[in-house]
Amino acid sequence: MSSLFEDAAPLLSVDGLTKFYGPRIGCRDVSFDVYPGEVVAIVGESGSGKTTLLNCISTRLEPSSGTVGYRMRDGKTRDLYRMSEAERRLLMRTDWGFVHQNPADGLRMTVSAGANVGERLMAVGERHYGRIRETATGWLERVEIAEDRIDDQPRAFSGGMRQRLQIARNLVTGPRLVFMDEPTGGLDVSVQARLLDLLRGLVADLGLAAIVVTHDLAVARLLSHRMIVMKGGDVVEAGLTDRVLDDPQAPYTQLLVSSILQV
Amino acid sequence: MTVMTGDIATYNFAYLDEQTKRMIRRAILKAIAIPGYQVPFASREMPMPYGWGTGGVQVTASIIGPDDTLKVIDQGADDTTNAVSIRAFFQKVANVAVTTHTRDATIIQTRHRIPEEPLTEGQVLVYQVPIPEPLRFLEPRETETRKMHALEEYGLMHVKLYEDIARHGHIATTYAYPVLVADRYVMDPSPTPKFDNPKMDMSPALQLFGAGREKRIYAIPPYTRVVSLDFEDHPFEIQSFEEPCALCAAEGVYLDEVILDDHGGRMFVCSDTDHCEERLAQGHKGRLAAEDAYAAKEPAQ
Repeated sequence: MSSLFEDAAPLLSVDGLTKFYGPRIGCRDVSFDVYPGEVVAIVGESGSGKTTLLNCISTRLEPSSGTVGYRMRDGKTRDLYRMSEAERRLLMRTDWGFVHQNPADGLRMTVSAGANVGERLMAVGERHYGRIRETATGWLERVEIAEDRIDDQPRAFSGGMRQRLQIARNLVTGPRLVFMDEPTGGLDVSVQARLLDLLRGLVADLGLAAIVVTHDLAVARLLSHRMIVMKGGDVVEAGLTDRVLDDPQAPYTQLLVSSILQV
Repeated sequence: MTVMTGDIATYNFAYLDEQTKRMIRRAILKAIAIPGYQVPFASREMPMPYGWGTGGVQVTASIIGPDDTLKVIDQGADDTTNAVSIRAFFQKVANVAVTTHTRDATIIQTRHRIPEEPLTEGQVLVYQVPIPEPLRFLEPRETETRKMHALEEYGLMHVKLYEDIARHGHIATTYAYPVLVADRYVMDPSPTPKFDNPKMDMSPALQLFGAGREKRIYAIPPYTRVVSLDFEDHPFEIQSFEEPCALCAAEGVYLDEVILDDHGGRMFVCSDTDHCEERLAQGHKGRLAAEDAYAAKEPAQ
């Protein structure tokens, strides 16, 4: 598979990943690499196994077979499913982020926005209230949430604000890899556009690698460098985003691309 | 084992059957071995409603012997309903000596206070605990909180304290203030006022916690480090009171506010009644002490 970042070692390498739900297939024999700073989109219709794949990679769901290797900050690549649970959970709250489709799944709805952003800092041992608050304020500003909303609970936020808060909460520990499950799902188009703009800026500024699951080809086009097209649990096509969208090779991808409504 | 006879109803010594006591003792031993860890146990139905100290009563029933002297306090007081009924319960089912004096007691069952008088080696303090899980209100899933304890993921506890400061400008948690026991487990010290938290640290007495409804027992062995959680720039502080006890003039003790009339009249009195009475007997006299209730019997020293 060609890559923009051929010279660097991959940050994440997925090899032969398969997940069965009993006799049913979740995803089958998926292999790909993600390089530092690269955004990979996983697209496909509903039920094509993209969320299963994302959950398997992000250790939220144990795969039936296959390996997921991750290059730690010390440069060593380790198999995620051979690490202890404590190490995996530490990784999830420091080096990784996970942006849920529904912000209520990723946020603590009953504590203030500031505490939501600060939680990861406190989880890694920050014990200075003033510094936590300062960092939280800075992050709210970066995701365009007014500073005077810092003590409001996310329940009082609109859908778009909640999603931006969720992003701030995930990025506060400076992760290297962020997983996103339909980050713009359920938002209206103008809010979607602003969120995509923000995400694109953050990903470029921070040099994040990201894996974005989406059924929206426009999101894939705007955010990702490479994309993987799935159907029925199998990868039907993979390649540079522009190439896949402008010159789809597999019949299913051709169908997918041609079903976009032109306004 | 002593079986009481001569009454229509006879009880096994201390109400619980021996198998149950054995089971609870095993849980207590495990709890002592792992300070601050919540040990599940098969809590029994007790002849009192949940919330009245069924956990504490089961712990007391399992450790009490015929030679013990029992003291029971409820919010520091020896003479309130909960304290009186539990004391009467053990008098009836175990026929043990009871006392209101902290220093004479070998077992003190308490609801939400630690006596003012320092505890000594050999004493056991048994707490009645309504909700043993300190992380409960932030994380409703039991599977998740157990995992968090197992992996020492206690960041969430500080989220709660952060919320307090963000909302009130200071840590506004005044009771059930979370503590870190022996540098390992975060523990809920039951709804004692945070005023009592420093007394738990390096206490010579054994501290046992029983939660009957939630079916958990935990413990702090004698001379164990107990640290109240806080932030570097918002350190832990205990409550302070502006005036001394209105009856015995004691300072540096935990006081209850008593409303006197509907014109804003109020008084602050010791929450620990035994401590207050002892000071009155010694002749200390506060602003509102009865003129010669004790003074007549025992002249001031």
